[in-house]
Amino acid sequence: MSVIEIRGLRKSYRVYQKKEGLLASFSGLFHREYREVNAVKGIDLTVEKGEFVAFLGPNGAGKTTTLKLLSGVITPTSGEAKVLGYVPWERDNDYRRRFALVMGQKNQLWWDLPAQESFQLHQKIYRIDPAAFKQTKDELVDLLGVSKLLGQPVRELSLGERMKMELIAALLHSPEVLFLDEPTIGLDVVAQHNIQKFLKHYQQVRGITILLTSHYMKDIAALCKRVVIIAGGEIVHDGSLEGVIDRFSDYKILTVDFADDRMPSDLARFGEIREIAPPRAKIEVDRSQIANVLTNVLANYSILDVSVEDPPLEEVIASLFALTEKQQNESKDSNIAATAANVAAASKN
Amino acid sequence: MLARAQIWWTIFTMCVAERLAYRGDFVLGTTMRFLPMITQIFLWTAVFASSGNGTLVGFTRNDIVAYYLLTMVARAFSSMPGLASGIARQIRDGEIKKFLIQPIDLIGFSLLARMGHKLVYYGVAIGPFALVFYLCRDYFSGWPPAEYLAAFLISLVLSFLLGFFLEASLGLAGFWTLEISSLLFVYMLFNFFFSGHMFPLEILPEPWRTWVGWMPLKYLAYFPAAVFLQKIPPEQLWQEMALMGVWTLFFFFLSRRLMHAGFRRYSGYGG
Repeated sequence: MSVIEIRGLRKSYRVYQKKEGLLASFSGLFHREYREVNAVKGIDLTVEKGEFVAFLGPNGAGKTTTLKLLSGVITPTSGEAKVLGYVPWERDNDYRRRFALVMGQKNQLWWDLPAQESFQLHQKIYRIDPAAFKQTKDELVDLLGVSKLLGQPVRELSLGERMKMELIAALLHSPEVLFLDEPTIGLDVVAQHNIQKFLKHYQQVRGITILLTSHYMKDIAALCKRVVIIAGGEIVHDGSLEGVIDRFSDYKILTVDFADDRMPSDLARFGEIREIAPPRAKIEVDRSQIANVLTNVLANYSILDVSVEDPPLEEVIASLFALTEKQQNESKDSNIAATAANVAAASKN
Repeated sequence: MLARAQIWWTIFTMCVAERLAYRGDFVLGTTMRFLPMITQIFLWTAVFASSGNGTLVGFTRNDIVAYYLLTMVARAFSSMPGLASGIARQIRDGEIKKFLIQPIDLIGFSLLARMGHKLVYYGVAIGPFALVFYLCRDYFSGWPPAEYLAAFLISLVLSFLLGFFLEASLGLAGFWTLEISSLLFVYMLFNFFFSGHMFPLEILPEPWRTWVGWMPLKYLAYFPAAVFLQKIPPEQLWQEMALMGVWTLFFFFLSRRLMHAGFRRYSGYGG
C-alpha cells in the first residue's frame, strides 16, 4: 500500500471580492460579491514509503492547500485521500501521532517558554517513551546544533533558530510522514544549507516519507529526486527535476568562444542571441536544431571553445508558470465571454 | 487514563510557568486585583448615606458590601479575560492549526490553561483579597449553615466551568465570523447588567427579574454571593443549583459542537 494516495482531490473557497474605495466599504455592509477560487482542481497522486517529494509551483498554485488537506487542517470539497491508510480530515488520533506538519512558525512551540518545555509537552502528547524521547531529542539537538538554545524563551530566538526548534518538535515522535511547507523561507544562506543538510541526512537514515513545498530550487535540487509541479490547482509535471527541463524547455544554450576578436554578424540565424561579450557569444538554439547548428558553427567559424547546456532550471520553471498563468487567464476570459454571450442570447429570446 | 492525566498535568504546569514569564505584569496584576472592591464599597456607602433608607430591596448597607466582596470571589472563578478573543485570534492567525494536527483537544487544553492561570494568579492575589476581607469582616453576619456553605463552594466551581464553556463558545463563533469583538461587546453588556456584577438582581423590575432568573448569567456573580448570604430560600437552593448544572452542561455540549463544526468549515486562514 502506498503511503499517500490521492484521487480527484478538490478544494474550493468562496472569497469576498472587495472593490477599492470607501464607498465600496460601505456598500459591502449591504451587498457583497464573492468569487469561487478553485485552489485544488482534482489532483491524483501516489507517494511510496521513503520518497522525498517536492511540490513546486507559483504562488497560489495549491501547494500549501494540498498539504493542509493531507494533514487534516482542512476538509476537501470533493475527492479522496489516504495517508498511512487514514483519511486525514477525520483527524484520528492514531493518524495524528504518525505524521508531522511544519508550516511557518509559532505552530508547536510556546512563545514565552524555552523550547525544551514544549518538547516535554510533546513527549506527553505523543506518548513517547522517555528513553526514546531523550535519545531522539539529543540526536536532533546535536544534528541541528542548538543545545545552547534549549533554555532560551522561543521569542528570543532568531528566525533560523526557531525553525530548527520547530523541526525538532515535529520530529520528536519519529513520524512516518513529514509535511514541510517552505521550511527555509526567510532564512539566510547558511541556515538554509544547514536545514537542507539535516533533512537529507535525517531522511536517508530514518527512511521517512517527506513532502516539501519550496520556492527555492537549491532546496529541491539538494533534497528531492521527484518533483511534482502544481500550477492552477493541477499537477502539470510529476517526475525528476531533469525531466522538467527535457519536457518544458524547447531550447538549449550554445556558448561559443570565437578564435578571433571579430564577432560574426549573422549569429541570429542560429537562434535568439542571449549575450554577446567578445569573443564569447551565447545563443538560444531550438532543441531540434542543436546538432545542425553545432555542425554549422564548427564548420564555418574558427572556434576556441564550445559548450551546449540546458537553460537554468529557474528559467524553465518561471516560463512554465508564466505560460500556465496565461492559459488560466485565457480560459477565464473565454468563460466570461461565453457567459456574456449566453446572457445576451437569452435576453434576445 | 494515566497517559491522559500526565498530559493534563504537563499542560497545567506549563500554563502556570507561562503566567510567570512576565514578572512585572504578574506582580502588578495580582497585587492590584482587589482595588475594584474598594471603589464599590465607597460607591454604595455613598448611595446608602444619600438615600437615608436602611435597606434596598432587602439589602442593608452591610449586606451590599458583603455582596460585592462575594461577587468579587465569584468573578475570580467565573471571569475569563481573553479566552474568547484568544480563541478567535488563534482561528484568524492560523495558530488553531496545532489543535488539528496534534492529538490534543482545543477545549481541554484551554480549560487546563485557564485553571493554571487562575491558580497562580489568585494564589498570589489571595493575600490582598484576604486583607480586604479581614478589614471588612464586620460587614458579614457570620458563616452560613453547612448546607449553604457547601452549595456556595459547589457554585464557585460550577461558575468557573460555566464561565469557561460560555466564553469558549463565544470564541468558537470565530470560525464563522473571524472577528468577534462586537459579539463580545454585546455579551459583556449583558453580563454587566444581568450577572449581578454591578448590583444585586433583586433591584431589577419585573418581568426582567423573572427572565434573568432563568438565564445563565446570574450564576457568574450573583448566585454564589446570594447563596452565601442566604438570600436563596432553602426550598429553592438545590433547584437553582440543578439549573446552574444544566446551563453548565448546555454550554459544555454547545462548545464541543461548535468546535467540531468549526473545524469542518475551517479554511486554514493565516497560512
